[in-house]
Amino acid sequence: MTSTSLVSPAEPVESTGAPARLRWALADGWTLTRRALAHWARRPEQVVMGLLFPVMLVLMFGYLFGGQMAVPGGGSYREFLMPGMFAMTMVFGVETTFAAVATDASRSITDRFRSLPMASSAVVAGRGAADMLHSVLALTVMAVTGLAVGWRWHEGAGRALAAAGLLLLLRFALLWLGVYLGLVARSPELLVAVQVLVWPIGFLSNAFVDPATMPGWLGAIAEWNPLSATIGATRELFGTPGWDGGSWAAEHAVPMAVLWPLLLAAVFFPLSVRRYRRLSR
Amino acid sequence: MTDHAVLAQGVRKRYGGGTTALDGLDLAVAPGTVHGLLGPNGAGKTTCVRILATLLTLDGGRAEVAGFDVLREPARVRRRIGLVGQHAAVDEVLSGRQNLEMFGRLHHLPTRAARRRADELLERFGLRDAGRRPAGEYSGGMRRRLDLAAGMIMAPAVLFLDEPTTGLDPRGRSEVWETVRALAEDGTTVLLTTQYLEEADRLAGRISVVDRGRVIAEGTPDELKSGLGADRVDVVLRDPAALPAAADLLSGATGARVETDPDTRRLSAPVTDRVAALIEVVRALDGAGIDAEDIALRRPTLDEVFLHLTADRAEEAA
Ligand SMILES: Nc1ncnc2c1ncn2[C@@H]1O[C@H](COP(=O)(O)OP(=O)(O)OP(=O)(O)O)[C@@H](O)[C@H]1O
Ligand SMILES: [Mg+2]
Repeated sequence: MTSTSLVSPAEPVESTGAPARLRWALADGWTLTRRALAHWARRPEQVVMGLLFPVMLVLMFGYLFGGQMAVPGGGSYREFLMPGMFAMTMVFGVETTFAAVATDASRSITDRFRSLPMASSAVVAGRGAADMLHSVLALTVMAVTGLAVGWRWHEGAGRALAAAGLLLLLRFALLWLGVYLGLVARSPELLVAVQVLVWPIGFLSNAFVDPATMPGWLGAIAEWNPLSATIGATRELFGTPGWDGGSWAAEHAVPMAVLWPLLLAAVFFPLSVRRYRRLSR
Repeated sequence: MTDHAVLAQGVRKRYGGGTTALDGLDLAVAPGTVHGLLGPNGAGKTTCVRILATLLTLDGGRAEVAGFDVLREPARVRRRIGLVGQHAAVDEVLSGRQNLEMFGRLHHLPTRAARRRADELLERFGLRDAGRRPAGEYSGGMRRRLDLAAGMIMAPAVLFLDEPTTGLDPRGRSEVWETVRALAEDGTTVLLTTQYLEEADRLAGRISVVDRGRVIAEGTPDELKSGLGADRVDVVLRDPAALPAAADLLSGATGARVETDPDTRRLSAPVTDRVAALIEVVRALDGAGIDAEDIALRRPTLDEVFLHLTADRAEEAA
């Protein structure tokens, strides 16, 4: 047995005052972001699969089904599809968030985190930052895919970046949905349910087809789906040919694409915080 | 503020489902000592530790750790405790080293100090060679040791160990025991829960026996044993046929009820005056010409204490 000292290497750091506390909250969050990044570094195949999945969908929908799809105004279906696939990529992110949060919540490691003198926001903040980074990467891969299959932005780089911003805003809102669902489920076994439920949400939007072609009430749901707002807004900002909205919701897609995510975040952020606190009951 | 490292007074905890896990638990642990919480499954040991480690809120009574109230100043408490829970609480994807480094960072050690500490602890817990492998590939015992290391990153003022040696082989167990002793010598207060009576006996200066959310007995291992009644004299005979006669003699010599175990040819009786009783027993047996294979004075085992205490409670409840 070696004689390494078990004595504390440092006195407990008392973080008093708001600036110090904020600094520690950021540092703790970053430590946990790095944890998520280290996970990806150890399982690169999972990350690559996750990135390639929407690429595969683009090829499938764009080339296999695309021939049958009529775009309003006669534009290219693949150009019509890409904004939908960008948004779907953001939605798939919920699975990543859910799986990570639910796995942690089912293990004692959450106890360890909660017994440490770290900022209680750090677990979720670190997760969130990592997931947002992941989504930026996923969006980049999808943009390259889009360019390869003929998608273009027609209204300048500034508006294209604004569209990317709206997509990431949607991802940010869905982050809290994922955290909330993960804390409720407290077991990664329910991941399949999340993976399945993503699809009706996607199909009941304007991602793949124009809601105007759907039966009345389904079309109305699709029209008001938060996902449709983001997709409509990005089509508008990219200047996707043949996309002219038509309904009230589509006419006001950009403000709706800001409002919907904010509303979602306003609901699921406090719910998540409450759930996290409830762990100590 | 009190002079206790851990103080619990009338702590109550009722879970959502309606289970009363703690029903007025009292506990006082002096700084720098090792205190054992001993109890059967479901006694409330884990609940008690989780409350003291600020993971659970209590419903009644109060609790202080390192001088701070667990409800009112959880942040101060967290800065002074280490927790090793009943189940390993490490990241299974990360390596042992990455785990310890991360926990060090979350204790607000600077990067380099966290790294150094991680290496020290890996060395200390015999995990140096496994340090770069994912913790998920560790054996149960290795994971347990990593877990212990994670609980000791700051050599906390108060360390909670919830069944720390469950699932360890004898060598792993004695390593943990040695570590706990070393920590206590360095001034760390250790609150240890266990179902192993031997473990409590070896490590703990004082023991609280918990059953159904209450402390039903408290004291040093010796006090608990003598609380059972007196020491005992055991006699093992060569000839089983002599058992009844020897039991009569023993009963006469000690004035107590004698327990007879024909399988092991053993007689056992409580004694008050240890040496006098022993001499008396030897003389009586010798006088009657009964051959004894072994005669010994012994303290009751903690097992006997434990069964005795919990059996009493079971009878009360029935
Ligand atoms: N999260 C929970 N929700 C509801 N009841 C619980 C919960 N955790 C524990 N209990 C109940 O509280 C009581 C005490 O449980 P606790 O885990 O504290 O016992 P323990 O002494 O640690 O047992 P063991 O030796 O099996 O670990 C038990 O009856 C248990 O069923
Ligand atoms: Mg337990």
